[in-house]
Amino acid sequence: MTATITPPKPPEAAEPSLARRLLTTPTVGPLAALLLACVFFSFNSDQFLTGGNFSLIIQQVMVVGTLAIGQTLIILTAGIDLSNGAIMAFGGILMAKLAAEGTVPPLVAIALGLLVCAGFGAANGLLVTLVPLPPFIVTLGMLNVAFALTHIYSQDQTVTNLPAPLTALGETFSIGDTRVTYGSLLTILLFLLFAYLLGQTAWGKHVYALGNSPEVARLTGIRTGRLTVGVYTTAGFVYGIAALLLVSRTGVGDPQAGQTDNLDSITAVVLGGTSLFGGRGLVIGTLIGALIVGVFRNGLQLMGVASIYQTLITGILVILAVTVDQLSRRRIR
Amino acid sequence: MTDAPSAPTPPAETAPASPAGTAPTPPAETAPASPAGTASAPPAETARTPVLQARGLVKRYGHVTALDGVDFDLMAGEVLAVIGDNGAGKSSLIKALTGALQPDEGQIMLDGRPVRFRDPLDARRLGIETVYQDLAVAASLDIASNMFLGREARRPGFLGRVFRLLDHRRMREESARHMADLKIGLRSLTQPVESLSGGQRQGVAVARAVAWARHVVVMDEPTAALGVKESGQVLDMIRRVRDRGLPVVLISHNMPHVFEIADRIHVQRLGRRVAQIRPGEHSMAEVVAIMTGALQLDADEQAVVADKEAARAIGLT
Repeated sequence: MTATITPPKPPEAAEPSLARRLLTTPTVGPLAALLLACVFFSFNSDQFLTGGNFSLIIQQVMVVGTLAIGQTLIILTAGIDLSNGAIMAFGGILMAKLAAEGTVPPLVAIALGLLVCAGFGAANGLLVTLVPLPPFIVTLGMLNVAFALTHIYSQDQTVTNLPAPLTALGETFSIGDTRVTYGSLLTILLFLLFAYLLGQTAWGKHVYALGNSPEVARLTGIRTGRLTVGVYTTAGFVYGIAALLLVSRTGVGDPQAGQTDNLDSITAVVLGGTSLFGGRGLVIGTLIGALIVGVFRNGLQLMGVASIYQTLITGILVILAVTVDQLSRRRIR
Repeated sequence: MTDAPSAPTPPAETAPASPAGTAPTPPAETAPASPAGTASAPPAETARTPVLQARGLVKRYGHVTALDGVDFDLMAGEVLAVIGDNGAGKSSLIKALTGALQPDEGQIMLDGRPVRFRDPLDARRLGIETVYQDLAVAASLDIASNMFLGREARRPGFLGRVFRLLDHRRMREESARHMADLKIGLRSLTQPVESLSGGQRQGVAVARAVAWARHVVVMDEPTAALGVKESGQVLDMIRRVRDRGLPVVLISHNMPHVFEIADRIHVQRLGRRVAQIRPGEHSMAEVVAIMTGALQLDADEQAVVADKEAARAIGLT
């Protein structure tokens, strides 16, 4: 250490300045990017800045956004979940098929779908905790398991003629003259709920501590195994809600659904400023990240840009976001 | 599983959910506040009973014997340094005393009363706090969150009970008071601890341990990663902790630090305690020689050369 040579520094000012705090908050960059994108597209398209269009954007991102809530929880613990899209697809098919064939009442079908998704999450969590295995491998395996089960159970058939409760979240209500789906509202409420849980409860603090260092968390008296399983199970349950949103939005049970949603959900989390190394990030950032993807897709579409360029830009944004995260971590060290 | 806040256990016994209760307590009263029922004993009696004691602890890992019947005595109000070469069983001893490992044989007594720790939480509930080397704090959380990690304070009433809402303000205020008690200067309690210097970070860990400890503070190599100036600050902190009446167990490789701050030294060698020494009565070189086996203490606590070659090698005659 150089402390022996350097003269003692005077103590620094009382509070870090507002500007400094803003710059070190990981959500500020993504929010600025989102606002800039909105400004850009509103100058380039007349239809962009309308209530109807924004309602559409939210509908387009709500499924991936909801998956990304669970993904955020897991990434905050320094894990990753590749299986969430496949779990959602299985949950969706299960709900749709049970309800459409009248095996059980629709509400029971929904409840079973939610429970099965939570069960998949719990299985991931137990494998990560008890064996223990790296989350990447566990969820890669679970991705294949859930994908296969979806196709076996559905016999590759799309399920149609769904009873009303399964599509209820696709119904709309009006804010002014803008039609908003109940599903969009539910998604926003979920984000607020998890922002509260992560920011204002002991459970949230423990999730961050676990992501910082499992050993520190354990020695502080946090039951890290239980916490990890809890996080994966909660994420699984949220995937179940995403399944219901998916079914209600498309009106069918589709065995092909959600195949790239795992990576899209990671994209949203990373664009939202959450660190893939765990312990740093905000779930509201994930909402912003999902909206960035949605706004770019929608805006470029309105400008008549071919969809492959939307993918190109998303890819560049992800690399940019991870670079910023990496550089800011290096500065702290 | 989502019943998250069940994990943090509120401090045992009656103590308020905060460490505040210990702060204004005069040092003399700390010991009788124990649950051991010694409250009625006269102070002199308490002073003679070791606060934390171990007899004949044995821990084996297959063919390796980490602890070979080690004894341990920590008296009230002292700083006891534990030293020993690598593999002497220092960390196994400390882990046994803080619940991080379970000895195969032997007994641990707190205030003269036998106790068993199944995990670190058990030891913590009985007022034994540990500052672990390099594993002290959660980097991205702020100071107050770290001080209360695993023991968060919730808002009173409905908000806390049903909505599990944390009482951020109270945690910040109490953290500020504890940091001030140990004279740890900080810019802000809301900055993440990763933005602090190594010494300040260690300060947060020490302050947390002191705030919650009602019996013993154990510090594992608290100055190992620090520069000279920061080490000095931590040593000052340890003195303040002792002056508040909490006994401190200090594990350290740094002989000058040990001689500067310890009231007594426990020398660990080959899984046993080979000597208990007062720093004034033996030189640093002698202590190192005892630690390495070159010297042994006879019944009168006089140093006796056990290994002439080794003793000569380190400059003793």
